[in-house]
Amino acid sequence: MVEVITETPRVRTLILDVPGWPPHRAGQHVDVRLTAEDGYQAQRSYSVASAPEDAHLALTVERLDDGEVSPYLTDELRVGDMLELRGPIGGYFVWDVALGGPLLLVAGGSGIVPLMAMLRHRAAALGKAGPEARHAVPARLLYSSRRWNEVIYRDELSRMAEDDPALQVNHTLTRELPEGWTGFRRRIDRMMLAEVAWPPAERPRVFVCGPTPLVESVAATLVQLGHDPAGVKTERFGPTGTP
Amino acid sequence: MDGNPRTSDEGFADGESVADALRLDGNAAAGILSEIFAVDLTAAEALCAGCGASRAVGALLVYAHGMGTVVRCPSCSAVVLRVGRTPTQLWLDVTGARHLVIAPRN
Repeated sequence: MVEVITETPRVRTLILDVPGWPPHRAGQHVDVRLTAEDGYQAQRSYSVASAPEDAHLALTVERLDDGEVSPYLTDELRVGDMLELRGPIGGYFVWDVALGGPLLLVAGGSGIVPLMAMLRHRAAALGKAGPEARHAVPARLLYSSRRWNEVIYRDELSRMAEDDPALQVNHTLTRELPEGWTGFRRRIDRMMLAEVAWPPAERPRVFVCGPTPLVESVAATLVQLGHDPAGVKTERFGPTGTP
Repeated sequence: MDGNPRTSDEGFADGESVADALRLDGNAAAGILSEIFAVDLTAAEALCAGCGASRAVGALLVYAHGMGTVVRCPSCSAVVLRVGRTPTQLWLDVTGARHLVIAPRN
């Protein structure tokens, strides 16, 4: 590990230097295996946060208080420590600019991580090509968090949206609002999705990632709104939080 | 035992609501399947032997636990794939998939 970035009080990004790492695709994950001195092993999957174009591999990890692996990764791992990884893994929940758009990303909590890899890849791949290329692959993000200080990649997302008229970032906060908040202030629902999502006729590529209840409700609502079920790809994070 | 009428009326075991909460996507099986298959299997198309629905393995439902991974059809809940792990072996049961259509690695 070469660097740690504190994203929110409970979330850190581990920047890893992995010699010989094959280029991943945005949306893929890696398996991290920890081995204790007595040989006991624990393994968990973490989404890759970095773009394939980035020099280092970034994993963003949310600390689960009763977790076996995440507290070690967020609190104990030090710069210079080694980590056992398997991957990159998965060829289904992936997107690259060649697949085209429009791109609709819906995230709950740390479900933003694989979607951020897609946005970073989009920016890296299209940034040099100019505004026309970005407008050819427009993207919208709807991101649900509990509180403003729990929004992962908050500053980077607002910078990305400022630099790129073809990217729209929408936040919704479900627990606590900062003063003067003008964004959405409820769980993601049908009305919000109808407002933010591309019309089904535009045939957007849709990726939904977050806690299982959020993912299932968003995917079902998008299908009710007329989106092709085969165009809505989901990644459930399991019962790890409730945005 | 949370008194959810749907689960008790339909006679599901208590474990069902726990299993519901632990449901993941086929993507979550990509790691263990990569120990067996040379290509990524989550992008492969599986035809459910139970109901005939065809989907990418990544779009199926995964129930993972220490002993292994059970992959079910979202349409009919039938088991499509099962991977079990013992200390020395992996057990792969594909009787629930009538076929798998796999894009070879180029």
